[in-house]
Order: sequence, then structure tokens, then C-alpha cells
Amino acid sequence: MSENKTEVIVVGAGPAGIACAVKIARSGHKVILIERGKFSGSKNIFGGAIYAQPTREIFPDFEKTAPLERKNVEHKYAILGEYDGTVVSYTNKHELPVSYTVLRGKFDRWMAEEAKKEGVILVEETVVRELIVKDEAVVGVKTELEDYYADIVVLADGVNSLLAKQIGLREDLETKDVAVSVKEVFKLPKEKINDRFHLNDDEGCIYEIFGGSMLGMLGLGFIYTNKESVSIGLGVTLDEFEKHKTKPYELLDKLKQHPVIAPLIKDGELLEYSAHLIPEGGYKKIPTIVGAGVMVVGDAAMLVNNFHWEGTNLAMISGKLAGETAVVALAKGDFSENSLDRYRIELEKSFVIKDLKTYRNLMDEIHLRKESFLKYYLERINMFFEMFISVNGVPKRKLFWDFIKNFIKNRSIKELFKDFFSVVKLLWSILIK
Amino acid sequence: MSLEDKLSKIKYEPDTVSHLRPDQEKCKTCKKKICTYVCPANVYEWIEDEDKLLVKFENCLECGACRIACEKKCIEWEYPKGTKGVTFKNG
Repeated sequence: MSENKTEVIVVGAGPAGIACAVKIARSGHKVILIERGKFSGSKNIFGGAIYAQPTREIFPDFEKTAPLERKNVEHKYAILGEYDGTVVSYTNKHELPVSYTVLRGKFDRWMAEEAKKEGVILVEETVVRELIVKDEAVVGVKTELEDYYADIVVLADGVNSLLAKQIGLREDLETKDVAVSVKEVFKLPKEKINDRFHLNDDEGCIYEIFGGSMLGMLGLGFIYTNKESVSIGLGVTLDEFEKHKTKPYELLDKLKQHPVIAPLIKDGELLEYSAHLIPEGGYKKIPTIVGAGVMVVGDAAMLVNNFHWEGTNLAMISGKLAGETAVVALAKGDFSENSLDRYRIELEKSFVIKDLKTYRNLMDEIHLRKESFLKYYLERINMFFEMFISVNGVPKRKLFWDFIKNFIKNRSIKELFKDFFSVVKLLWSILIK
Repeated sequence: MSLEDKLSKIKYEPDTVSHLRPDQEKCKTCKKKICTYVCPANVYEWIEDEDKLLVKFENCLECGACRIACEKKCIEWEYPKGTKGVTFKNG
């Protein structure tokens, strides 16, 4: 047992696992980071952009050497009807970038290499099949080849976290609490990307897409610009596919054909198609994240703020806090649930849990009102502009009144009131309590 | 572009045995067969003539959607071996 024993084992070398392992290694403790893929990032998918500030908390100088694609200077919100669209755009080229687009196969791999330089022992191509539990405490992991023991095991094994499930820290997810996301990456020349998205050099643009092929479904689309490719995808909650008799890639194909979207990826050569789950349950679905000898971080702990498209930052910060707690526990030699509960307390004090709590009612309300918020109003926004720009000999006053009558006629007063109260309830819970 | 063409762009190292094992007896009684809708790689196909769920596990993107969506909770689902399965470069 002694030769296969270390101080901390972290399962999963994504942003959460790496952040955690680095923190522990920097304090001079022994930590083994186990990754099931060929290399870190090889099983990881996101939109995606990483956020500068939280990444600096783990790797202060990452902007100098990390494989970054573009710094995001433009955010566009595309509200799509069946055939038309309204796009709101915010551009800021003055301030330091908030986020950078990255490709996880490169970026996570870079982070893992940095972690190795700081003393983390990285073990790749190894699947942890089971946790070893003794006297109700987690004491190690079973891989395909051998058993490893540790004082603390950190579960950073992603959204599916079979390990957290094995020891009863979490229930199986419900279909409404998880989205399946599909993404396609298209190769395009840099100049073409810059022209199409109105960018200079290494500037990037993010599209957040509402409606279109997902009208009335709980789902959103995205586009991110990379150096010489464009990533496009969407995420839709699992319960929608059976209901709408459609498949994830069919929705994406339809979105790609939308007149607002199609020109952006025209003539691009498909480099890769991928899929991943996104935890969407929010605050109410956060599992038990601490047990004797074990902590759960990142997607495995369901830490995603879907309203703000944040995930990797919550992963990194939760990993960092779990790492700090591990260091404290190692100093004390106390790996009990009580001792590791420091992680939960610190996480609750941080923006991570505070933000998820702020949006705790969001998903429930959207589920109830998706016909309004993800279909009716999106369509009305586009119909408004269709009316507003029309030049057809009809007097403007009549056009306006027709629009207003239509707005009320197609949605009963009762439903409109329900929508209104839903918004009030959400705003109250977001802003006040 | 067909799904087959999309999948052809992905780097796979398929295992010889499946890491996805549905309980075929339960599948026979399953009305909705949600696995045939949610899977982004169309791994599951119901073969009417044989009364059997075909599992093209070598196309699996390892997302886990089928495991959660299955109403019968009858898919024995595990990650492929460490050296097998999908490798994404542009995730």
C-alpha cells in the first residue's frame, strides 16, 4: 500500500482539477492528477471562451504563454425568428479583454503542462473506475490497472461524475437539468473571419443566439471566433428532443442555414464535430460537495452559471478553493468531512455560490414560460422591426395599432400577466433576495 | 453534410467491446426510445425486424446523454478504456 499512496489524488485534468492540483503542488504537497483522455483537454468541449481574471488567479502570467485564440472585444446577441433576426451588439476595444477564445485540446493541455512544471504528477490515459471507501471515508481510487491511495481524493471528473454518484454524493441527473451541446468548428482564413466579424488582428467576437431552430425550446446557440476557425454550436435541454422529435445535430444544421448565420460560416471546411453535456440545474441541483476524504469541484459539482455563459471560471475557482482546503487539511492531518467542509464554506462565501443562488429561480421560471420567453417575445421583437421598416402604403398609426392588437390577440391577457409576474419574480430574486 | 461525414472528421480509437450496454429485454418494452433522439452521434438505432437496439458504440462522443435520458435506466454506461474512444482537438 505504501508505494501507491500519495497525499492528494485529483480525478480529471480539466480547469477545476488542474487549478486544484496546482494549488496543492505549490504548497509542497504530493498530488497526482489523473486524466482519462490521451492528453488533458482531449475529452473536453465548451463554446468557448475562458475568462482572464479567474485564470490569472491560477496562472498569473498565462497571457504570455498560453495558446489563446482571440481576445473577445465584441458580444452579439442574436434574436432569431424563423427567417429573420435582430442582433444587438456591444463592442469594447478599449478595456483589457474579459475573455479569450481557446481550443481545449490546446489550452487544457497547456495548463496541465504548467501544472507538471510546478510538481503535479500527471497520469494520462487512465480511467478511474471506482472510489475506494473504507470506514465511510474515501481513501483512494481504483483504475483499470491498479489501486492508488490518498489522504484526499478530489472529484473533478466532469458533468457525468460517476464517482460522486457511486458514493452517494449526488443523484442521477434529470433530463430537464442537463443540456446536450453539439458544436462544429469550421476552418476559415484569418482575413475572412476578420472581415465577416469586423475584427482586427487577434480580436474576437462572440454570438449568443436565441430562437431560430430552437424557437420554443429551452436552448441557446453560440458562435466563437478562433484564430483561423469559427466554432458554432447549440445546447438544448435533454427533454426537448423527444418532445420535438428532433436530434441535436439536426437543430444545429438548421441553425447553420439561418440567413443571419449562414454567411458567417460560408465555405468553411469542417474540422471537427463534437458533443458534451452542460449542467443546467443551477443552485438547487448542486450535489453534496464534501464528504470524508473527498471534495467535488467544477462540472462534477454542477457549477455552471448558464445565464452568463460561465463555467470554466467557476470550475477554476472551485478547484482553487478545494486545493487550499486540502492544504489546510494536510497541515492538520485531518481529512474528515468536518475538516474538508472548509471548502464548502469558502465556496459559499465566493461569487460562485452567490451567483448561482442569485439565479436559483431562473431555470424553473424559464421551463414554465419558455413558450413566452424563448418563442413568443423573440418572434415579436422581429415582427416589430419587420413592421417598423415596412414601406407599403399603410399609414404608420395603423401599422402600430395592428402590431399592438396582434400582440394581445395572440397571447391571452392572462398569459401576459403570468409572464409579467414571472419577470417581476425573477428580478426580485436576482436583485433583492 | 450527413452525420456520417461529420463523424468522419473525428479522431477515434474504438475498442473491440462496447462501453455502452443496454438491457435489450427492457429496450423491447420501451415505448419512447429516447436514446434514438438524444444521441448526438446517432449511436442507437432500433431494428424493428430483429426487435433489437443496435449500438454503434464506436461512434460514441462520450457525452452521457443516453444514460440520463433513458427512461428505463437500463443503459450500463461507462467511459471507454483510457487509451480508447474519442480524442477532440478543437473542443
